[in-house]
Amino acid sequence: MSSRRSSQSGTSRITDDQIIELVSKLRQLVPEIRNRRSDKVPASKVLQETCNYIRSLHREVDDLSERLSQLLATIDADSAEASIIRSLIAQ
Amino acid sequence: MISKGATRNSNSRRVKFARRFVSALLHMRNRNPRPGSLSIEGVRTKSQRIKIAAYLSMAHAVGSRRAWSRAVLSKLGSRARRHMSRMGRSSLGSLKKKRVIRSYSPGELGQAKKLRQLVPGGKTMDICSLLEETAHYITCLATQVKVMQTLADNFSK
Repeated sequence: MSSRRSSQSGTSRITDDQIIELVSKLRQLVPEIRNRRSDKVPASKVLQETCNYIRSLHREVDDLSERLSQLLATIDADSAEASIIRSLIAQ
Repeated sequence: MISKGATRNSNSRRVKFARRFVSALLHMRNRNPRPGSLSIEGVRTKSQRIKIAAYLSMAHAVGSRRAWSRAVLSKLGSRARRHMSRMGRSSLGSLKKKRVIRSYSPGELGQAKKLRQLVPGGKTMDICSLLEETAHYITCLATQVKVMQTLADNFSK
């Protein structure tokens, strides 16, 4: 097992175990690596895939903002309300 | 597995975000009835304003509990925008705080640097906070995308 080393700074002693736990938590959230066997995914890969995932989410927000700007004229309060409810049901 | 409490939190966050974002969209639609008119706030495109409204709405839904949402609110919030337009870009240099000394763990350095640039407020966090904030940030981002998707799908019918 890895040694329980602390980081260099004196103020906050972050252990390897804390980092391992947080990285595994991240692993569960990133779709790309969620289904792979955990012992085969090193922390560096998790961080890299997390960055890729965040970037792809940002791109999706950009595309959807573009789409919504084109649809802006068509929205009204009632259909918007219905959409909110629909988004709740469709999880 | 997500506990019942966490699901309730994520649902209420989703609703808060959706409500706020939709209200911002309606506000935008009412403010510019004529397609060719210039907006008072400057030359941002509609798409850019919608994007900002989306990030802001999610940050508001999360509140000030999280470092990343605080960072978004201070960067994009209305006070920030008024501040920027009054002061101008050049005087922002004086606002930069003293650089916080981060405690790195050996081995995490390279990838953590990229992550810090992607997560709001990430530049001054220690590695543990960075990882925690990242986890929360991506769940909220995923929700934001899903809601925006649903709205876009429903508005185009």
